[in-house]
Amino acid sequence: MAKLPKPSELALDYTLPKKGWMDAAVDFRPGTWSHAARAKNLEAAGLPNARQWSPADSDWKLPSNWKQIIFEGMRERLEKFRSLRIFMDICVRCGACADKCHFYLGSGDPKNMPVLRSELLRSIYRGEFTLAGKIMGSIAGARELTENVIKEWFYYFFQCTECRRCSVFCPFGIDTAEITMIGRELLNLLGLNIDWIAGSVANCRHTGNHLGIQPHAFKNMIEFLADEIEAVSGVRVQPTFNRKGAEILFITPSGDAFADPGTYTMMGYLMLFHEMGLDYTFSTYASEGGNFGMFTSHEMMKRLNAKMYAEAGRLGVKWLLGGECGHMWRAVNQYMDTMNGPADFLEVPKSPVTGTIFDNAASTKMVHIVEFTADLIRNGKLKLDPARNDNLVMTYHDSCNTSRGMGFFEEPRYVIKSVCNKFHEMPPETIREQTFCCGSGSGLNNDEFIEMRMRGGLPRANAVRHVEERHGVNALSCICAIDRSALTTLMDYWVPDVTVYGVHELVGNALVMKGESERTSDLRGDPLPGMEASEDENI
Amino acid sequence: MNFIMSLVAVLALVLTAFLGIEAAGLRTFFSMAVPYVAFTLFIAGTVYRVLAWASSPVPFRIPTTAGQQKTFPWIKRNRFDNPANKKEVLGRMILEVLLFRSLFRNTKAEIEKGPKLYYQWEKWLWVGGLALHYSFLVILLRHLRFFTEPVPFFVQALGGMDSFLQVGLPGIYISDSVFMLAVIYLLVRRLIIPTVRYISLPGDYFPLILMLAIGVTGILTRYFTRVDLLKVKQLALGLAKFQSSAPEQVGTIFYIHLLLVCTLIAYFPFSKLMHAGGIFLSPTRNLPNDSRIRRHVNPWDYPVEVQTYAEYEERFREKMIEAGLPVAKEIAAGGPAVYPLTKK
Repeated sequence: MAKLPKPSELALDYTLPKKGWMDAAVDFRPGTWSHAARAKNLEAAGLPNARQWSPADSDWKLPSNWKQIIFEGMRERLEKFRSLRIFMDICVRCGACADKCHFYLGSGDPKNMPVLRSELLRSIYRGEFTLAGKIMGSIAGARELTENVIKEWFYYFFQCTECRRCSVFCPFGIDTAEITMIGRELLNLLGLNIDWIAGSVANCRHTGNHLGIQPHAFKNMIEFLADEIEAVSGVRVQPTFNRKGAEILFITPSGDAFADPGTYTMMGYLMLFHEMGLDYTFSTYASEGGNFGMFTSHEMMKRLNAKMYAEAGRLGVKWLLGGECGHMWRAVNQYMDTMNGPADFLEVPKSPVTGTIFDNAASTKMVHIVEFTADLIRNGKLKLDPARNDNLVMTYHDSCNTSRGMGFFEEPRYVIKSVCNKFHEMPPETIREQTFCCGSGSGLNNDEFIEMRMRGGLPRANAVRHVEERHGVNALSCICAIDRSALTTLMDYWVPDVTVYGVHELVGNALVMKGESERTSDLRGDPLPGMEASEDENI
Repeated sequence: MNFIMSLVAVLALVLTAFLGIEAAGLRTFFSMAVPYVAFTLFIAGTVYRVLAWASSPVPFRIPTTAGQQKTFPWIKRNRFDNPANKKEVLGRMILEVLLFRSLFRNTKAEIEKGPKLYYQWEKWLWVGGLALHYSFLVILLRHLRFFTEPVPFFVQALGGMDSFLQVGLPGIYISDSVFMLAVIYLLVRRLIIPTVRYISLPGDYFPLILMLAIGVTGILTRYFTRVDLLKVKQLALGLAKFQSSAPEQVGTIFYIHLLLVCTLIAYFPFSKLMHAGGIFLSPTRNLPNDSRIRRHVNPWDYPVEVQTYAEYEERFREKMIEAGLPVAKEIAAGGPAVYPLTKK
């Protein structure tokens, strides 16, 4: 792990370099880039040019015809994606996006301004695909494609979290996430990926989830969480796996099964489903809600996502319920039906508890768990005791993908406010459609990238610190598995007294279950408000 | 450097027109050939660019959602920032195209020691952009009076309104002043904000300087050199009817103005100025966020390699059975598991 400076020592320098941006040379300083994809992971995922290499090497062992591969790859994608063609042509470099990127704000590196991140690709496009660029070269904003340009692409396209914040402010809707996605696709043609992504992709292909959890281990883990629930509430929940004929297939990021604090969120789901008597099943084959394929290529996204509908069809369920995840929900909302639909073998989702028909998922047949719970609460189906969360002064982090790739703002707030009495919003420039990324999205939540993650997370952390100072906020809730992990690290670094919670963990705390014993602790085993004294007596 | 390069290019154009008229007397060339060539390039270039964009399909529905999605009836949704159907998209597009909705969101981030970030009110770019585009539109429409006989009512009315602040004779057009101020603001902004200067290409300065020069020469023809507008009108009408002859005595400043305008027109489709057309086709703005409601079809969709459940079970069957997980095919005694590959 790269050495991480203390927060007070992290230099923020916005001085612009003397050299213009067309100079492609990149300084691969530790802490600002991710390890190269290992050969075995590229091979396992079926990706080309698998080999041993490192970004710090001078020779990246590119295939001999790498230029041709890139130009052909660009041509193909220009013909396939109107977005790319338009975004290559219409930027006016007004600069509105410049200070909207969390990586620019946290690093001061001008190539992290969304406009320049795109210009890295645009300059090559002009040189090869426009007449003006071919004739006038750099005067027309064109650059020659060199190995340094490829290295620069690798550095900056894996220094963008595809959060789309810049796209909200762009007067033409130019979406850097789209450019980064296609940029990464091009890099993958040369075998240039990062291992955190390629490893997860390879795992997901072979074991059904990013973490490589095998079927028996997945079941064991969920049953362990069921034990934990029994210890806290006295109620035994009975999850099922790969069960044919269940009404609902529930899919959530594997992080919820294996990584704290996501596991507490998983406990919340299990408690809720049990209390509602839901006829649902997990699948060990489709045991991943997230999709690191999305951070590799459109094709890889489709390959990994295909398991959801395939498994729903095999098990014969009626509809799909999806857990709390960020990019999973962009994939479900904007890509899944197009890529792997039509899901005409499923039914339009209908809550078996309230009878509500989810018209807004009429085609994909997949409902967000927070929509599902909001509907339960609205219809008075849940007995809740929000006072159990009274030790938490809560704020809420909108995930990038559910915000700008879906528009999912009110449902989570409705649920949180129903289960927490104390809630304060962060400043309006940092929430909802203007929300700031955790700094670790799009497959960049690896250890070696830690300095950039803490830099990129600065705007988010700053907004949390603002409400911590003003309202005494000590808890940050979110509906994204990467957030639950990444924000925990981010808070430890910038705002150490704030703890990160998944929304359904809070639901699980507040949920009054039939036949439960008196609760003295929350799902983490910490004493509930007012129970601290009895806890002390036991010691 | 990029600024200087663009400035020199515009000055060269001015000089070309000046020498072309004063020294070479190429009146017909500058008043007839140049406008026709420019106009042809504009039409052909624009058609080419739009067709090129339209020839690439929209495989996925990727609107940037900037407001609450359509969900339960009891949750208020945002129809303009997160449209759920084509009608609402029209609303979003009208706000984008006519009022620059997205640019209106602009803020400015400031960082202080701590580090502490602040986001400040910053609408000047929006004001400047809007001022430039609308004053340009008014000026363009006003120029219709040269190309029409009789002059349509709305053009006359527009001219009247535009010059209601009667200062001297002829009246000063408000649009001229707004246009000049907006262009100067955008140019100065580009030069003095370090980040914007850093990202600026020659292609960013050139149109601004060109428009500045067009504004200056236009104002000169009207207020200072007093070009014979009747003769200009004869020329314009002739051009429009394809039966023109070069007028005898129109000031050289007019030819400079004309060449600069023709350059802008011809340059338009081959430059970033095509953003005017691109905004209409931008997939993050012109699509409804309805892909969970209605299926969006990708025309180039193709089948991909997927690890099937059968392959998965093949790999983990023993472990699954041991863990009590249901399997499609039990392990046959004494032999390797065989999964029925044929579909029912």
